[in-house]
Amino acid sequence: MRHPWFIRAAQRMNSISFATQVLQFIVTGLTVGAIYAMVAIGFNIIYNVTEIINLAQGEFVMLGGLVMVFMHVSVGLPLVPAFLSTIFLVMLVGIVMDRLGIRTIRKPSVMTLIIATVAVSIIIKGVAMLLWGKSPYDLPAFSGRTPIQLGGVVVQPQYLWVIGFLIVVAVGLTYFFNRTILGKAMRACADNPSAARLVGIDVEKMVLLSFALSAAIGAVAGMTMTPIALMDYDRGAMLAIKGFGAAILGGLGSFPGAILGGLLIGLIESLGAGLLLSGYKDAYALIILLAVLFVRPSGILGNLQVTKFKRF
Amino acid sequence: MLQIRKAPIAAGMLFILIFPWAADRIPGIDHYPDVMIFAGIYCLITIGLSLLMGYAGQISLGHAAFYGIGAYVSGILTTRYGFDPWLCMPIGALAAAAVAVAVGAPSLRLRGHYLAMATLAFGVIVNIFFREQRQWTGGPDGMTGIPGLSLFSFEFDSILSYYYLVWGIVAAAFFFTIALIQSPVGRALRAIHTSEPAAAAMGIPIARYKIFVFAFSAMLASLAGSLYAHYMNFINPGTFDLFFSIKLVIMMALGGMHSIWGALVGAVLVAFLSLEWLHFFEQFEILIYGAILLLVTIFLPEGLAGLPAKLLERARRPS
Amino acid sequence: MTNGPLLVIEDLVMSFGGLTALMNIQLRVARGTIKAVIGPNGAGKTTLFNIITGVLSPTEGHIHFTGRAISGLKAHQIAALGISRTFQTVELFTNMTVLENVMVGRHLRINSSFFGCGLALPHIRRQERRLRAQAMEILDFIGLADKSRLLAENLPLGERKILEIGRALATDPLLLCLDEPAAGLNETETEAAARLIQAIKEQGITVLLVEHDMKVIMNISDEITVLNYGEKIAEGTPVHIQNHPQVIEAYLGDGTII
Repeated sequence: MRHPWFIRAAQRMNSISFATQVLQFIVTGLTVGAIYAMVAIGFNIIYNVTEIINLAQGEFVMLGGLVMVFMHVSVGLPLVPAFLSTIFLVMLVGIVMDRLGIRTIRKPSVMTLIIATVAVSIIIKGVAMLLWGKSPYDLPAFSGRTPIQLGGVVVQPQYLWVIGFLIVVAVGLTYFFNRTILGKAMRACADNPSAARLVGIDVEKMVLLSFALSAAIGAVAGMTMTPIALMDYDRGAMLAIKGFGAAILGGLGSFPGAILGGLLIGLIESLGAGLLLSGYKDAYALIILLAVLFVRPSGILGNLQVTKFKRF
Repeated sequence: MLQIRKAPIAAGMLFILIFPWAADRIPGIDHYPDVMIFAGIYCLITIGLSLLMGYAGQISLGHAAFYGIGAYVSGILTTRYGFDPWLCMPIGALAAAAVAVAVGAPSLRLRGHYLAMATLAFGVIVNIFFREQRQWTGGPDGMTGIPGLSLFSFEFDSILSYYYLVWGIVAAAFFFTIALIQSPVGRALRAIHTSEPAAAAMGIPIARYKIFVFAFSAMLASLAGSLYAHYMNFINPGTFDLFFSIKLVIMMALGGMHSIWGALVGAVLVAFLSLEWLHFFEQFEILIYGAILLLVTIFLPEGLAGLPAKLLERARRPS
Repeated sequence: MTNGPLLVIEDLVMSFGGLTALMNIQLRVARGTIKAVIGPNGAGKTTLFNIITGVLSPTEGHIHFTGRAISGLKAHQIAALGISRTFQTVELFTNMTVLENVMVGRHLRINSSFFGCGLALPHIRRQERRLRAQAMEILDFIGLADKSRLLAENLPLGERKILEIGRALATDPLLLCLDEPAAGLNETETEAAARLIQAIKEQGITVLLVEHDMKVIMNISDEITVLNYGEKIAEGTPVHIQNHPQVIEAYLGDGTII
């Protein structure tokens, strides 16, 4: 039976707006996912060199955002110097974390290392609360907030910055790990630390470097997300959990996996919150994470043999 | 030989028995028995965690969820369905155990950080459910009107009566766990902790033991949650959030993970820190907890429970 | 059931990725005998042990124990069927006493119900006393009774290896797999270990042995299987093996046999 014309028109209108809506959720999801992907990459860099799951990874992101607010808004540095000095400062925090929080542990076991990173993460959070208080901070978008309209879908210019920085990080790291001596040395530590030590690689320096590098990437994620999502002292834990979810989903240790996992988690979250219940926004991604642990613990791109036969 | 000495147990029990009487006579601390009720509730959780962390060698970053499951099962069943509070405790404990098996079984078969992360994610999810399932849990505002406990016609409505009730249950859990540690089960757990291949070669089903301990610790946490709900008559999701899970880890690290005494000492200390001593430093609370956790991990890996042995060794060694 | 061989391995293949560690291995262990598996390092002996005891799952092939297929079972299930083992690297429960180590070995033969143990029910306490007595008997048998209260980590290597054998015996095994029981031991300790293995055989327990010490092998084993690069190259009595040209070429050519 054919409906009257006005009902058909309404249906068409509805379906168009629904499709646009979904598209909008996808765009937002990919942007948020790019942030998670950067957090997951940060996890992987430290995990690959040390096999530590750095639960303070989310705090680097939080610090990146808040330090950038300080540099750019409070001090009034122009964008680029503020950006670079923020990276530098957060890297410094990563280095201090390794020196004071990780290397000082005399009997390292999986459990004590997890606890140590938890300790560092709440210390960072506590300091951030003292410095910035509990209220969220905004940061001007890097190139304004005039939205770009793409057939009904609204794209904030900042979205492009986020995705662009994910690409920069991915390309940069690929180059670093495959083409530079330092990057290759880090990979060697990841494969076999004792052999790396035998051929004269300073493993401790590589561990330090891995903390600095993943702090820097965390800072980039934090700076680029703040204009979209604001930033406050309490965001680190959730970012860490989702970033870890992304890393597990893609297979712990795999960089392409981290990107894929991050984007997937972003999409699931955005579509779940938009189409189902928005209150459970934070739960969807984690339920997927638990489901993956059930069905395929090695992740989508991961190899169980590798995870199983790594040290510990 | 692993022996639990009788003298410290007797001393500890005496202390718990006379504490309310003594506190009442010392000015300034007459409200401490109230804090000790919370300390006892925390002890119930850490006793289970000491088996999980110290004996099975696994870490949970989501035990607040099991604590919350107990509290909400008690709250929902009593206020909405008129269940007897005593009946809610075993129901909550069984629910927590079932959930623990479902979460723990896949991740315990993997190693190291997987259980940590699975429990972390699980704790966050459960807390979101507490907040969002408004029609059941009352959402972020929580639920009120949870009845207190009574036995025949005796109401546990005074601080003193609830104090002895909670610590009586703590004592039961303590003796159960001590008996377990000294039994074949405890030996099997220590064996697993030392060498998994050798334990398996002796016929010990490793995964089953780890899951059992995880479920047992979840049951104790749930029981603690029920006791909390019936004491406060009010619950809200904030009590059972990620930070409480981390506080539990702080209790364990501070007291010492490898000793059941450590679990008790850590729980009591953190209870007093968070409810009493850090009250005036609210701004610094998170920072202080972080510092305690890091310092203990670096300088006192055996926790406070390891301190006497350490001092004794230092004293014996001629300097 | 008491007739056929205790352990039968057929067409066993084990490969790790592209590397084949064991190729088409056939092996039979007769009841009440001592069977030795020898071969140069990397020949696949420990891999074979790990497959028999369920640490690894074979890529292909069948393993039958008392007529029952056991490949694919988990390590603790295989232990329950009556195969026990020691480890090349000595995996004692170092923070337990000598006596407790042996008591853990009895795990399969006792009641370890969670709630029975937690409530310290009378039958669990009676069992605990019985267990202690049984463990002491085993310590008597292996000659470590006077050290029952020491921590396992404080024993010298020779006694640690003996204790590991005692712990394996406590499981009441039908088949005892010993992975290099004499490695790292001095001459007196080696002799003591060899005497113990023979005494175990006299108890009616079948022994499967991986060892490098040729003097021990030739003295105590009933049959020897020689592996080289994952393949079986010879099998037979000690005398037969000593004179086997391929064995001498592959393994004993440097005169280690004498």
